[in-house]
Parts: sequence; C-alpha cells; structure tokens
Amino acid sequence: MQNKSLLPAMDALQTVDLPALPAEASAKAGSPPVNIALEPDIVLGTPNQPAFAEASAGKTGAQALLDGLLAEGVDTIFGYPGGAIMPIYDVLYDYRNQLRHILVRHEQGATHAAQGYARASGRVGVVFATSGPGATNLVTGLADAMIDSTPMVCITGQVFAHLLGTDAFQEIDVMNITTPVTKWNCQVTDARELPEALAKAFYIARSGRPGPVLIDITKNAQLQSFEYSGYVSCRHLRSYRPKPIVRPEYIAEAAALINAAERPFIIWGQGVILGNAEQEFQAFVEKSGIPAAWTILGAGALPTEHPQNVGMLGMHGNYGPNVLTNQCDVLIAIGMRFDDRVTGRLDKYAKQAKIVHLDIDPSEIDKNVLATVPVWGDCKETLPMLTAGVEAGNHEIWRQRFADCMREEIAEVIHQELNPTSDTLTMGEVIKGLNELCQGEAIIVTDVGQHQMVAIRYAQLNRTRSNITSGGLGTMGFCLPAAIGARFGAPDRTVVAVMGDGGFQMTLQELAVIMQENINVKILILNNNFLGMVRQWQQLFHEKRYSFVDMHNPDFVTIASGYGISGQSVSKRSELNDALKTMLEHDGAYLLNVMVGKEHNVFPMVPQGCGVGEIRLK
Amino acid sequence: MSTKQEFTITVYTENQVGLLGRIAMIFTRRKINIESMNTSPSESPDIFRFTIVITETEDVARKLVRQIEKQVEVLKAYHHTNDDIVWQEMAMYKVPTQIIAEKVVVERLLRSYGARAVVIRNDYTVFEVTGHREETDKLLEVLEPYGLIEFVRSARVAIIKGSHDFHERLREFEAAEPGESAAVNQYLDQQAAVFSM
Repeated sequence: MQNKSLLPAMDALQTVDLPALPAEASAKAGSPPVNIALEPDIVLGTPNQPAFAEASAGKTGAQALLDGLLAEGVDTIFGYPGGAIMPIYDVLYDYRNQLRHILVRHEQGATHAAQGYARASGRVGVVFATSGPGATNLVTGLADAMIDSTPMVCITGQVFAHLLGTDAFQEIDVMNITTPVTKWNCQVTDARELPEALAKAFYIARSGRPGPVLIDITKNAQLQSFEYSGYVSCRHLRSYRPKPIVRPEYIAEAAALINAAERPFIIWGQGVILGNAEQEFQAFVEKSGIPAAWTILGAGALPTEHPQNVGMLGMHGNYGPNVLTNQCDVLIAIGMRFDDRVTGRLDKYAKQAKIVHLDIDPSEIDKNVLATVPVWGDCKETLPMLTAGVEAGNHEIWRQRFADCMREEIAEVIHQELNPTSDTLTMGEVIKGLNELCQGEAIIVTDVGQHQMVAIRYAQLNRTRSNITSGGLGTMGFCLPAAIGARFGAPDRTVVAVMGDGGFQMTLQELAVIMQENINVKILILNNNFLGMVRQWQQLFHEKRYSFVDMHNPDFVTIASGYGISGQSVSKRSELNDALKTMLEHDGAYLLNVMVGKEHNVFPMVPQGCGVGEIRLK
Repeated sequence: MSTKQEFTITVYTENQVGLLGRIAMIFTRRKINIESMNTSPSESPDIFRFTIVITETEDVARKLVRQIEKQVEVLKAYHHTNDDIVWQEMAMYKVPTQIIAEKVVVERLLRSYGARAVVIRNDYTVFEVTGHREETDKLLEVLEPYGLIEFVRSARVAIIKGSHDFHERLREFEAAEPGESAAVNQYLDQQAAVFSM
C-alpha cells in the first residue's frame, strides 16, 4: 500500500532527498534549527474549526504565487523555510520538479546567491524567507542589490494579518525595515491582492534601472482560497517611467561635442551590461576610436584585450585612466554614476572637461558631477543613435598617452606584482596563473578587499557578465553564495570564487549548499591572515596602528573536507601552478588556500582626500 | 546659491500605504528636518498631494526632488521658494469665553487679526486664524496673558504661482488610467478569529 503521507519520498526524478520535516529534525538533532517554528502557532480560535473557510473555489494564495513565478519564467529560488512561510513551502513541494529550490544556510546567503544568479544570467533572482529573523537577515543583501542595481524579488512570509502589530511570534515590521533598501515593496494581506502585487514586483525589479523588490505575504493570504483568474504580467504602471522617449536634440549635441574633441575619453559602468548593450557599446567605441576605461561593475563589457580598453578607473584603478581623466577635453560617461571611489575629490575631478552623461536614471545625472550634455535614456537605444552621429575617428596620439602611462605602471607596480622575485606569493601572480589556465573564459566572483582589487585589475575577461562583485556596498561574505548563484545562472561556464580569509569566514556556512547540491565552484582563498584592505589604510594613514585587523585563521582545507569538498593549501611558488590546475580540472567543487604576503599593499591608489590626478604608484 | 532658505516641495503620488514613509525617509536619510508636512487627496481621490517644507540650499532641494520622483509610486515632484507660492497655515486658539465677554481689548484684538469664531460655548470659545507663520505666532504671543487653554497649528498648504493647467492635466491623467485606492489590512479587529477565517 502506497504511503501518501508527507514523509520524504524517494522520487525518481529528484536528485536530492527532500529535507526532513521539523518534527523529525527535532527528534534527530539536539536543538531545533533556528527559523523553523516547531510548535504550532498559538490557536486563539476554536481548534476544531478548519483553518480557513473555502469562501470560493479556485486556488490558494500560495498556489497563485507559485503559478505566477512560473509564468514569469522563474526556474530557481534560493530560500530558507520557516513557520510563517510554510504554506508556500507546502505548495512548493508539489512544484518541486518545475521550480528548483536551493536551500541555503542563512538568508543572507540566499540574497547573495540570487544576486550572483541575476548578474550571471541577466534574469531576476528570487528569494524566499520566513518572517522575523528570516526577513531581517535579508537586509544586507537587499541593500547590496539596491546600490548595485540588481534585479531581485524577495518573498517573505508574515504572521496572520490579524496579528500585525501585536508582537506575535517571529513578527517583525518588514515593510518599514526594508523600505530604504528596496526599489519597491508591498504587503499582501489578502490573497486577492497577490497576483497583481507579484506582477508589479517583477515588472519593477527588471525594468528601467533594475533593483530589489520585496513582497511580504501574511499567512492568511497564503492559505486563503480565492477566485484565481490566471496570472497577468505587468507591462505598465501609470506612475512609473522606466525609460524615457529619447530626445534626439541631446544626442545631436553630444555627437557634435565628441566630433570636435581632441582628447575624448569614454568611461563606462554596469549600465552597459544591465542594458544588454555590449554590442552597441563596442560599435560606438570602435567607430569613434576613443580610448575607454571601466568601473569595477562595468568590467568585461568590452573584452580586456580590446585595443581601446585602457584599463580600470577608481581608487585602485590603472594609472592612465585616473591621471588622464584630468587631461581630457570631453568625458563621455556611459551607464556609470560617478561613485566617490571613481572620482576621488569632486572638486579636482575632470574640471577641465565637458561631460556627456548617458544614463537611464535621471536622478543620477547631475547628482555628483554636472553634465554639459545629459542624455537621459536606455543606452541600448541611445548608443546606436550616438554612433550614427559621431564621425569615424582615430585619436592615435591621445591613445598613445594611455599606453605610455601603462608602460610606467607596469615598470613601477605591475611587473613586481605579477612576477615577484621574493619568496612570498603575491595576489597578482595567482591571478596571472588563473588567467593562463582559464584563458579569460571563466566567471570571476570576488569578495571585498585587497584581493578584490587585485583580481579585478588583473583578471582577463573576454566576455560580458564575467565579473561578479559587491561594488557599491562592499559586502564581505558576498563571494561564496554569489558564486553558487552564478553557477545556476550560467551553468555552462566555469565559476572561480576569489576571496580573502576575512570574507570567506563571513558566509562559509554556504559550503553546505555546495555539498548538498554538488555545485562545481572553484574556491580560491588569497590568505594573508589579515583584514588586508583595512590594514593597508592603517599602514598608510594611521601610522601602522594595526587596530584589530590581525586574524588567527583556522585550517580552511580541513573545514572544506568536513563539508566533503576537496582542497589543498599552498604557499610556495613552485606549487602554485599545479595547484591551480588541479583546482580547475577537479570534477566538482575545490578549495585552494593560497598563503600570500602578509603586509602587501595594493597599488596604484588614489588616497582619501586626493584627486584622481594625485594617484600614487607606490 | 549656497544659502539656505525655505523650500516648499509639492509631490503628487498614488494612494498607497507606506508611501508617506517612503517619502519621509528620503529626508531622514540626509538628516533634514521636515518642518511641516501636509498630505491630502487632490481633486482626484486616488491621487494624493504632499506639501513638505524644509530649509535647505537650492542644490540640495533640487536633488531631493529628483530622488522623490524616482520612487515608483510618485507621479511628480516640484520645489519652490516662498516667492513662487501662495501659502497658508491654519491655527486654532481655545480661550475661556469669560475673557472675551469681559475684556473688550481681546475682542478688538481678535477682530484685527481676522479671527473667526468656530465654536462658542459657556466655558470656552475656539477661534481660527489662517495666514502666515508670523501672523499666527504673533496672535499666540498676544493671547498668552489672557488664559489661552489650547493651541494647534496645521501644516502648510501651498498653491504654485506658476502652474498653468495642473487641474486639467490631473483630470485627463486620471481619466486615461484610473488609479486604485489603498489596499489596507481588513483583519485588524479580528485578532481572536485567527484560525476561523
């Protein structure tokens, strides 16, 4: 006789066992998992009455939600269950062959995984979390997605609508907590509101300047049955203008300025990638013959080896792009927002230049830097118009100056970094080794700190969507879960997660996801037993007063092996290349811990309080 | 201009729960004091009009308005100096009726300020004055020695001098695509019925 109960079934189509239900988990483990409510919610009404009346035939809110997710083309959800979101998880059980749910080990991991997924694929990342602590654990990831414009929809469970504001179990004011870190959020207290809210959420998350959206669904809305008339996706909101009608006068003015320029300079950011405008961008760059530099989130939109790609902008960017920003006469900014890490002191930033700013978000234009010609629009539309208006150009002499700066930078900084003679390994030479083996085809995911700057400066990227990092918020612990998400977003590409010893420890619990789901992520730890970037600042600006940056680290290889992940640790140059090769060729996840120089600094650097022209080579 | 002055920010929004907070947050994020905030339905019941008063430089006010417009459910936002608007604040004063009956001085005072008696009772009378801050403040100061019981002041409401066809455009906008009224929690008074919906 078939046992149709809810015990985990060995479904032939499943590749993993379903997680044990709470009752069984508490029987096995000593202490219950944090976010699953083991006691039934306090019953205030008559226990013998059914949980919800069948007011109308149709679907429940939870069913309508999952139906809607399928209609929106969602295939992967990163989440962590709990009491307030259990009705949704119960229905998800019936959808488990259509919607792949990845159980993370901390809701922050879910948000970063959704970000990695979104950045690698261009699709909307989806997160499920329960109420209370589940929701508050999402805040860091939401803030990161908000500032880096990543499309993401987070669904949180919430206590019954009747109990809102009563300090119920695992009740928290999610709406007010997440308002500053979401593009839009809403609370669904009745199932009838759900389909429209979901449609709006996806539309807002992925249109215009993308961003994170949160929907808080109260438990009664999840359980409630209603007349579901099918899912209608949202194409328009009367109060929302994701992209404008482009005004050709501005394009003409910009083109005229560019054509008259003697030393024009293109700087680009993530907007080119978010707009899927890499082809249009390359066409513009090649026709105009203008040198182009990138912000860290824009890396890869133009291949590293492209002759007009002159390097990285910003505090740890290349020498040429920084110094020559203050020498150009026309600065063409495309899909970048003049972040303070890129501009240094604003009163010493490109004051001599006329600025053309192409951006889809009108509030970014003139926010930090005044634009001479603002071009408000989607760069996928504006770039071809601009390309048509500019004359074919060369600018060889001007481009030579970038090459000269690069030669100087190689002599002063890069050569030693990539080809050190000392005994200790440098972060740069590890990246160089990685480049030789990956040939610029891998996705490089980084955490935050010195290794991030070194990896992004030196990584060879042939394709777009190859660089995934936490830019605006600089969230340590971003890398490991984001790399997991990237593997789902771009399953046919190698994913190398480059991180420091500090960042790894912030979210290392996600190694369990790698173990459970057999995710092939290459984990490369550049270990200097320090919080390197902070230590560098303390060395340069605080007279070497190393206040609490020294870290005593555990043996990462042993930890990985506890999670069933192979790995090794190297510290000698002679071992490096073979170790990298082993890591990349290993069939499955691999952790390589590379011990690098303890007090090494990342240069060049634009020190705080300085202009970009004052960049230091050492 | 780098001098601070009063700016009146006018915002047209959809009618949804949480929007007030979203807009207020744009100010609190920058630690800008909201000196006065009025929110009420415009001529279309599903379009709300906010009137917010702050003291800041023009540069800051302009960037604030752009950030407000960026919010999904904001239709439009404007910023104006005091010279560009016609504004009023309402104030109500509750005084003991005895005082009015006995002191002719007070009667004359209230007449000269254009105060209107809203309610007259045996023990108290409530007067209302509409005008600018200086006028209502002056009357407050003057009524103090006469046993003022209670005082309340409304937020600023303002009409923009340079507006041409706001009303017509609002009507057209609403007619072309009607808005929705705010979805609210219907269950707050049913706390005891949690499991018997």
